[in-house]
Amino acid sequence: MAAHALELIDIRCTFRAKDDHGQRYTAVADTTLRIAGGEFVSVVGPTGCGKSTLLNVGAGLLEPSSGSVRVFGQPLSGINTRAGYMFQSEALMPWRSALDNVRVGLQYRGVPDGQAREQAEAWLARVGLAGFGDRYPHQLSGGMRKRTALAQVLALDPDIILMDEPFSALDIQTRQLMENEVLDLWAAKKKAVLFITHDLDEAIAMSDRVVVLSAGPATHPIGEFEIDLPRPRDVAEVRVQPRFVELHTQIWNVLRDEVLKGYAQQLKGAR
Amino acid sequence: MKLRPSEGNARWWQLALLVALLVGWQLASRNQQFAFFLGEPVQVAGRIWSWFMPFAIPPNPLFPEGLAGNADIYLHLGTTLLETVLAFVIGTVLGLACGLWLALAPTASLVFDPYIKAANSMPRVILAPIFALWFGLGIWSKVALAVTLVFFIVFFNVYQGVREVSPVVLANARMLGANQRQLLRTVYLPSATSWVFSSLHTSVGLAFVGAVVGEYLGSARGVGYLILQAEGTFDVNTVFAGIVVLTAFALLLDAIVGVLEKRLMKWQPRSGETEKI
Repeated sequence: MAAHALELIDIRCTFRAKDDHGQRYTAVADTTLRIAGGEFVSVVGPTGCGKSTLLNVGAGLLEPSSGSVRVFGQPLSGINTRAGYMFQSEALMPWRSALDNVRVGLQYRGVPDGQAREQAEAWLARVGLAGFGDRYPHQLSGGMRKRTALAQVLALDPDIILMDEPFSALDIQTRQLMENEVLDLWAAKKKAVLFITHDLDEAIAMSDRVVVLSAGPATHPIGEFEIDLPRPRDVAEVRVQPRFVELHTQIWNVLRDEVLKGYAQQLKGAR
Repeated sequence: MKLRPSEGNARWWQLALLVALLVGWQLASRNQQFAFFLGEPVQVAGRIWSWFMPFAIPPNPLFPEGLAGNADIYLHLGTTLLETVLAFVIGTVLGLACGLWLALAPTASLVFDPYIKAANSMPRVILAPIFALWFGLGIWSKVALAVTLVFFIVFFNVYQGVREVSPVVLANARMLGANQRQLLRTVYLPSATSWVFSSLHTSVGLAFVGAVVGEYLGSARGVGYLILQAEGTFDVNTVFAGIVVLTAFALLLDAIVGVLEKRLMKWQPRSGETEKI
């Protein structure tokens, strides 16, 4: 069998408090996650459970305390150059126009200017932003900024796409629109996707497989579900299929206790 | 028409206030003793005329002795402005370079920290005699003084700017494949530049102050030198004329910076600005 696109093996991440070195916090423990080439995997879990930590490990932005990361069979050191990362918060450079933002990754890779410009324009058009290239991020709406970020990531044609709740800040209509667009683009290119979300509906509607994480600290996977809904899917329509509801109930039964646990812990932490 | 000051007629009220002040000043200076200390607006205007204009004015009721058209300020003004611009450019470049270096090299910043704090809290005008000793009475001693003023403003702003680069933007650039040099060029530098621009008004003003104070403390030409000369002969009118000229040019420099800022910082959202899509 061919090597997995991304393997996180026995990952543990322990953080030390900055002001008090004796205090430690284990965000992620004993987590193994494998994503095959072309597979769309969603990770759901209660808020603050370390989902983003896991993604940062996969991206090479964060070195795990123990465990190893393999990318297409090769051990990862430093930044994962075969991955594109779509961040939860604003990651566009505010001093560059939309086009320049999409182009910057190509420029980093030494693509000649004219060619980079052409490709960036094509990608902007593909995410529905043709003609908006000369606008600065602050002149774009939240949804348009997300589209620009998507174009920025996809323009580099990464083999693995990491997404950290990319649409959580969008309103529900824009969100469904973008989810469908991402699915279309994914179906065309068949990249491995690791998608982090706290929205179970979104996870089921989009993925091949949903992994449920436990509440923190020491988050680890507690359930895995194959989503056998037929493709192509429309994220709005798929929600009313009986199989969707069935899967949702199954996963929610596992997730609910963790959400409650996570909530209780947050309350305790606040007190 | 409403006569109370409002947004619409503020300009007129501002002008009216200026005229009232000038008239009050002129009336007060009819007293000889007052005039000795405060000068006379009309004489100040006359002084400025002979500084800038190459035409003489024959004797008239306002100026019984007439006005000479010397047009002799340009050399002095040019010197002062040259010092200002040189100090501004050198100070900004040095501040930018040092700020970037120290912000990106934590060890260096750790070692240098107390020295920078000390250098910044020192009243730097006191360095003028030392600079005069090192660089002589020409323009370079003034440039050096003004550079010390500009440098720290820019330095601290760049330092802050680099420290406050959004970690997400930084992580994003790294994920997009930027190496250290590219990070510097496409993330740190633009981010720092925006902070430099926010301090530009202050640093241009300080470059001007440094140049004039430097001249005032010892020089052979420059507007500060003119003021120093006039003060030596109790010529209050010329001192005031010098102040007026300096103020006018400080405002001009500030306006130029404003235009530049608008040009280069158009990516920054301004509050209250709505864009039609």
